[in-house]
Amino acid sequence: MNTMARKTLASAMALLFALSASCSRGPAGRQLTVAGSTSVQPFADRWAEVFMEKHPGLAVNVQGGGSSAGIQAAKSGAAQIGMSSRELKLDEMDLTEIVVARDGLAVIVHPASPLRNLTLQEVKSVFSGEIRNWKILTGQDREIDVVTREEGSGTRGAFQELVMGKGKRISNRAIVEDSNGTVREIVSNDPFSIGYISLGLVNDRVRALSLDGVTASEDTILKNEYPLVRPFLFLTRGPAAGPAREFIDFVLSPEGQDLIRQEGLIPVTAGSPPSGSERRHE
Amino acid sequence: MNKLDRNERLVKLALLVLAFSAVAVLAVITVFIFSEGTPIMFRHGLGKFLFGSDWYPSENSFGLLPMIVGSLFVTFGALVIGVPLGLACAIFLTEFSSPRLRRVLKPVIELLAGIPSVVYGFIGVVILVPFIRTTLGGPGLSVLAASIILGIMILPTIISISIDSLQAVPRSYREGSIALGTTRWQTTRMVMVPAARSGIIASIVLGMGRAIGETMAVIMVAGNAVAIPGSPLSPVRTLTSNIALEMGYASGEHRQALFATGVILFIIIMILNTIATASSRRKGGKGKNSR
Repeated sequence: MNTMARKTLASAMALLFALSASCSRGPAGRQLTVAGSTSVQPFADRWAEVFMEKHPGLAVNVQGGGSSAGIQAAKSGAAQIGMSSRELKLDEMDLTEIVVARDGLAVIVHPASPLRNLTLQEVKSVFSGEIRNWKILTGQDREIDVVTREEGSGTRGAFQELVMGKGKRISNRAIVEDSNGTVREIVSNDPFSIGYISLGLVNDRVRALSLDGVTASEDTILKNEYPLVRPFLFLTRGPAAGPAREFIDFVLSPEGQDLIRQEGLIPVTAGSPPSGSERRHE
Repeated sequence: MNKLDRNERLVKLALLVLAFSAVAVLAVITVFIFSEGTPIMFRHGLGKFLFGSDWYPSENSFGLLPMIVGSLFVTFGALVIGVPLGLACAIFLTEFSSPRLRRVLKPVIELLAGIPSVVYGFIGVVILVPFIRTTLGGPGLSVLAASIILGIMILPTIISISIDSLQAVPRSYREGSIALGTTRWQTTRMVMVPAARSGIIASIVLGMGRAIGETMAVIMVAGNAVAIPGSPLSPVRTLTSNIALEMGYASGEHRQALFATGVILFIIIMILNTIATASSRRKGGKGKNSR
């Protein structure tokens, strides 16, 4: 009885905390709060680390929470910069977006799988549940274990947009995991599974498939050949100013872009000036 | 004397305030969850919410049926595994084992309750899931895996409360039965267990509450697919996992829909809680009469 009441309480408290966290405001002063996508977060951490070494007076506070939370935070002013790994929806277009990096999405299978290449159409059919058996793809008579991300995830949003398109849904029979890491973990253990993760996180425990004959690599992404590329966005309410501006300028500088290239991301094309990649929706 | 009296009153008042603050927190949470969660249920229609099987929050389609069914399946599976094991263990420890063995085993079993659920989940992912995948097929992340893990997690609840209620049966019952020439097993089956029945039922309901409320371990081993599972080897998503999985990313209606998930969970747990209270109250009444 007692433990149950506590249990109810605990889950309710968790909900409360989630809400209060999304409402809390960062303290004023020389402080910069950057919040949002967990896909962008590790790279923003890296930027913040180097940036703070150069600007000792300015504290950059990087928080996760997800793309939607980041967009929300930028809108409400809870964070000066929101991070998103998916494109904005229509009702979110009042924010200024800056593409700070690009990331490939890799479709991954177990290293022991004989599969090397799929067409985008095949990937779509597998994830929508039209192809349920490996037979026509690899000859193995075994059901496909499709692994996807949860609703609201930026990675899922990008995959939906780039592969599934408007009309097709990811099958509701697909296994759902809540991070790139767990998707990779499951695929690396299950020889009959298929999933998708950020290209920068592919390691030798999984195999990234080539799509329509194009291997997934930085090279093919820079040549605009690889089809699954998503932008990493910084979002501000109105044009960035003050500390936010300084941080974004650093991020877009050759030094900032070099940092994330070392971490496996694709820099925004060096040719265009930083302000050129800034878009303002009205 | 007067001073003592005043102290007494002060202590009483302080305790009263403290007691009410705990209740107030519960009240605030209840009001909050319901005020956040119920509007969307009525906006989209209660029937669609409870019996719709499409959960695609990005397309404003919020059907909770797969999660409600999922929670019930997983909880039922946990009971199928946990109840026979737990009861057998409780009966053995009270009726058949030596007191010394019981003194060692009971604390060890209660220790099971102290293991964090994420550890159960991790063991499940590393050992149980691959085992199910290779021996029984399917992705391994399944109703079965979640049921087994939860079945083990509810053991301490079932065992310790059942032991307490078996031990609370008056000595004269057992002695009377044995005096009639029954065997130990006959005494257990026909006298002890029926006499302790309400306590045993309470232990099962409490275990059920624990199983339905568990989140972390279930997320790790259940696979979380939003479809009504077709077999014990299919992946499944529970109500609690639904909230925990999507909470971080949800905004707008999606977030309200997660609160609505909380409302349904709240109602289910309240019902279970009431049953548990009612059955343990009955036990208290019986005990008084028999004494």
